Amino acid sequence: MSKKKLYIQDVTLRDGMHAIGHQYDKHKLKSIAVGLDQAGVDAIEIAHGDGLSGGSFNYGFGAHTDWDWLEGIAEELNHAILTTLLLPGIGTIEDLKKAQALGVRSVRIATHSTEADVSKQHIEAAKKLGMDVGGFLMMAHMNEPKKLAEQAQLMESYGADCVYVTDSAGALMMDGVADRMKAFRDTLSDNTEIGIHCHHNLSLGVANTIVAMQNGANRLDASLAGMGAGAGNCPLEVLIAVLNRMGEHTNAAVNQLMDLADDVIRPLQKRPVRVDRETLSLGYAGVYSSFLLHSERAAKKYGLNTADILQELGKRKMVGGQEDMIVDVALDMVKQKSSSLK
Amino acid sequence: MKRKAAIIGSGNIGTDLMIKIIRNSSVLKVGCLVGIDPNSDGLARAKRMGVEICSEGIDGLIQMDIWKEITVIFDATSAKAHLYNLEKIKPFSDKKIVDLTPAAVGPYMIPAVNFDAELCNKLGLVKAVDSESVLNMVTCGGQATIPIVAAVNRIAHVHYGEIVASIASKSAGPGTRANIDEFTETTSEAIQKIGGADQGKAIIILNPAEPSLVMRDTVFTLSETADRETIRESIHAMVAEVQKYVPGYTLHQEVQFDDIPADKPVFIEGLGHKHGLKTTVLLQVIGAGHYLPEYAGNLDIMTSAALAVGEKMIG
Repeated sequence: MSKKKLYIQDVTLRDGMHAIGHQYDKHKLKSIAVGLDQAGVDAIEIAHGDGLSGGSFNYGFGAHTDWDWLEGIAEELNHAILTTLLLPGIGTIEDLKKAQALGVRSVRIATHSTEADVSKQHIEAAKKLGMDVGGFLMMAHMNEPKKLAEQAQLMESYGADCVYVTDSAGALMMDGVADRMKAFRDTLSDNTEIGIHCHHNLSLGVANTIVAMQNGANRLDASLAGMGAGAGNCPLEVLIAVLNRMGEHTNAAVNQLMDLADDVIRPLQKRPVRVDRETLSLGYAGVYSSFLLHSERAAKKYGLNTADILQELGKRKMVGGQEDMIVDVALDMVKQKSSSLK
Repeated sequence: MKRKAAIIGSGNIGTDLMIKIIRNSSVLKVGCLVGIDPNSDGLARAKRMGVEICSEGIDGLIQMDIWKEITVIFDATSAKAHLYNLEKIKPFSDKKIVDLTPAAVGPYMIPAVNFDAELCNKLGLVKAVDSESVLNMVTCGGQATIPIVAAVNRIAHVHYGEIVASIASKSAGPGTRANIDEFTETTSEAIQKIGGADQGKAIIILNPAEPSLVMRDTVFTLSETADRETIRESIHAMVAEVQKYVPGYTLHQEVQFDDIPADKPVFIEGLGHKHGLKTTVLLQVIGAGHYLPEYAGNLDIMTSAALAVGEKMIG
């Protein structure tokens, strides 16, 4: 196995959307993208938190369209590749073509960890458009290593250049990450890169990313100040600091990233992105991190506890994208409460 | 005497429809189940049930003796295959076609919303089979949700209709999986054309949970502000209408309303900033358990609607 160059992909402007209800101002977003480029990250992902065309009642409408956010960014980047995300079932190939026309050169096609075959037409279309393609296997904790690797192999067979273990619920332990990485390495071709995308719900964002790297991942996702769904992603500035101390080479400058994280990103967080009762519940119950703000809203509206709603969603085995079931669960809990009072 | 129907496509939908016709229809019988894989489970099932089969697609069917007895053809293949099948059937002006694929060549048909005898009569009079005479059944998610969009729209104009269909992974066959975009695009368009919304959006989610979860559908509309009780009653009446042909179709929760005030509008791509009344409708579709178990409401709603249409076309 040849050791591949580390590739740091920033997700502040995509996963980070979840933390602020998809409300980045487009001028602000542009200045953050430029800052990230200057700080030396390899790729910058921009889209609604739920990917292209994610704007909806179900996931929240954005402050702008994906096209408004993406427009004029590629021209400003000197080093970083402009990337985006697409979830089949939400976004379409038409959306992908629009993004490509705006200068997007790389895309991640995301499916639930057992449903890779729905990504075939999108991965193939992206390759035809000449894009670099990552397969993004979400809620990776819900599929065992060997079976997850089989799903990765499907994505590879459709043409994916890289396949990710995507810990959307921030529920994987370090061994769980290592086992999945080893299974990928055993199953995928040597030419296929492996990526890791973590959430910090159990405070393991950085640790899991490092474990993944030590077991063969070379594409590492992170975001400034962890800006992302739930307790956030692997914090970028921390990851680079750790990699530097480990003697691993990246192009990123830790001091610039620290400044961006504290001076630019943290002030945007109306709800702090951190491990707390609610976000810990996500990791503990194995629930899609993006459910957080929606569940907090439902809890407020129906007089319930967010953590209770999240744990019930976990029990019902809801997967990414089923935000509509949060209100459904809340209404069931209200019914239960009122019947137990009678 | 029962008229003969052919079903093209021996996947989940075609096989479910076959069983439905055999068990439920007083006017149709299955003349032939047509597939392309002689080893498919659907064709094996048909054989066991004493139904004539063809494993060479539409070309094989046309060569069979039974072909001239076929009145109605249900196409349960894929959007791409439907186009091919349509070309082959065109020379035979005595055939009527119900399209269960998301090809969306012919007019959309949601029985509870836009079925009218006149339309079908007219189709009966059409001499040649052309795209206008092929009724398209939209998608499973469309069949479940567009009646609700229409129910709101008949009370208060719907600016935006959005639907989320969640189906059990096991109920999504390879055809559905390879063509997810066709689901989202066809459903979105029908939300506008049949539901009456200025803009439509469709989302589909596959959930692999074991035991499999029953099909769930959620409808969100943003409409002009109107009396909530009137909208609620319209939705309940529409649910009862759909239940006539899909017994397992129910409101899972009472209708939910939220005001989207003018000073806090939502930004909808293509429409700009909009305010009004948000209506949320949480549905459940329990299947009849004909081919796949009860969780597969998505099969049931599609085949039940198609059968209702096929029966009315010859009636």
